[in-house]
Amino acid sequence: MSDEEDDLILSELNDEELVLQMMDDLYDGMKAEIEESVNILLERKWTPYDILTKALVEGMAIVGVDFRDGILFVPEVLLAAGAMKGGMVILKPLLIETGAPRLGKMVIGTVKGDIHDIGKNLVGMMMEGAGFEIYDLGINNSLEDYIGALEAEDADILGMSALLTTTMPYMKVVIDTLIEQGKRDKYIVLVGGAPLNEEFGKAIGADAYCRDAAVAVETAKEFMARKHNQLSA
Amino acid sequence: MTDLLSELLASRDWLLGDGATGTTLFNMGLEAGEAPEIWNETHPDRIRALYDGAINAGSDIFLTNSFGGNYSRLKLHDRQNDVFTLNRIAAEIGREAADASGRKVVVAGSVGPTGEIMEPVGELSFDSAVEIFEEQAKGLMEGGADVLWLETISAPEEYTAAAKAFQNVGAPWVGTMSFDTAGRTMMGVTAVDMVAMVEGIENKPIAFGANCGVGASDLLRTLVGFNKANPSIPVVSKGNAGIPKYVHGHIHYDGTPELMAEYALLARDAGAKIIGGCCGTLPEHLVAMRAALESTPQGDRPDLDTIRTTLGAFSSDSDGLDGATPPKRKNRRRSS
Repeated sequence: MSDEEDDLILSELNDEELVLQMMDDLYDGMKAEIEESVNILLERKWTPYDILTKALVEGMAIVGVDFRDGILFVPEVLLAAGAMKGGMVILKPLLIETGAPRLGKMVIGTVKGDIHDIGKNLVGMMMEGAGFEIYDLGINNSLEDYIGALEAEDADILGMSALLTTTMPYMKVVIDTLIEQGKRDKYIVLVGGAPLNEEFGKAIGADAYCRDAAVAVETAKEFMARKHNQLSA
Repeated sequence: MTDLLSELLASRDWLLGDGATGTTLFNMGLEAGEAPEIWNETHPDRIRALYDGAINAGSDIFLTNSFGGNYSRLKLHDRQNDVFTLNRIAAEIGREAADASGRKVVVAGSVGPTGEIMEPVGELSFDSAVEIFEEQAKGLMEGGADVLWLETISAPEEYTAAAKAFQNVGAPWVGTMSFDTAGRTMMGVTAVDMVAMVEGIENKPIAFGANCGVGASDLLRTLVGFNKANPSIPVVSKGNAGIPKYVHGHIHYDGTPELMAEYALLARDAGAKIIGGCCGTLPEHLVAMRAALESTPQGDRPDLDTIRTTLGAFSSDSDGLDGATPPKRKNRRRSS
């Protein structure tokens, strides 16, 4: 950082200021600064879980809101997610060590017959950026691929993506099979892709249609919170 | 060196492009998940029928079946070693169809995105992208394409990488982007941004414009946006035949031939010189578009209200050009 305006010393900020600064740094995709701040908070005896939820996830939520509102676009969001990931690399082993509750795990992939993966990749990166674990099945997935991975990975969320009008009906086949096998209620099913809409999501029995990657993250958080509430009720 | 497209543009007020490749091939039995480009080898008769459908409907330009024919897309089907061949055949079949038509029809070698995200945000370097596009361009030109036709691009880096590749091959070209995210491309490029980018390219395209995206209304709003930047080269408009709807377990595009005819007239009024369709646009739509363009005199530039009233609402309130988008948040680090 050679800019004069940039000679802000992160370690001299108090906790509150530092967290606000981290949100700004996430917004601007500044990975090195995020890593430094995470380490400072760890030194100050913050728990890994608090750093994740109170600083990083909150900061990414702001990015998500501005993406949804058409203020930020994919390049900025990916830079922010990259900065977040820098912090997560430090936190992840510590989160496991401390037995912190996990935010959720998602199995994601494009449906059988669909080779268009850019939207799916964006959702995966944004979800990771928001602190979720992602198991990426790639393109062209059969119902066996999806259901097998959900069980093997002990996942919470199934994310299916399709760009073609000819492939999107396959989502219903997967959901119908989950129902037949009595597993539908175990998973939150989110669907997305350019030709889909809310009506379609409802018609095939998904929990939600997600218009874009930011909405996917918000929706996943909402459903995970409901799931936790149900469990503790 | 004058290519056929430049020649036609100089002698005509407008040119009719073609319609959907994917939609048509699926109607012919393409299985979802198959790479359409493989059909160039296995079903050349069907590819010829696809091209003839556009030619017989009155298209002046048609695109070859090579949209996903680049290394990184064909790799998904383990056919990355056949880039040159599959593209060459796509153009060869097109050359035959155009030569048999008895009139001047442009064979445009379709080049779609790599599907990768470019540096610095993603991992694909500029040089690798140039290499990917160049390999495909060579096959298409070898097969007899008149021009290359880059389409559905979101990232400015990818557009300029293709321009560089086409320069290396010495091919005339056209390039369109897809404005599908609140009136911008997925990467945030506005219509005005695109004009500035295109005007700054050393190997400028013959024409530039918009394809695919959301619906006919949005596409026309993008054309209105292009005009704000006074482009010096012709504008292409290739909109989808409406928006896909899921009705009673089936999907269909809600754009009728009548609606696409209205769209074609408004696109010409809005300044487009090359007018065609994209997803969902079948020969019957093209016939209606041609008839409307031939029988109706050019009108005044439409405003956004006229577009909305004729073709339906826009998918977003703003397209990033009306000053209504709130600014990015300020970082205290930078503002202090």
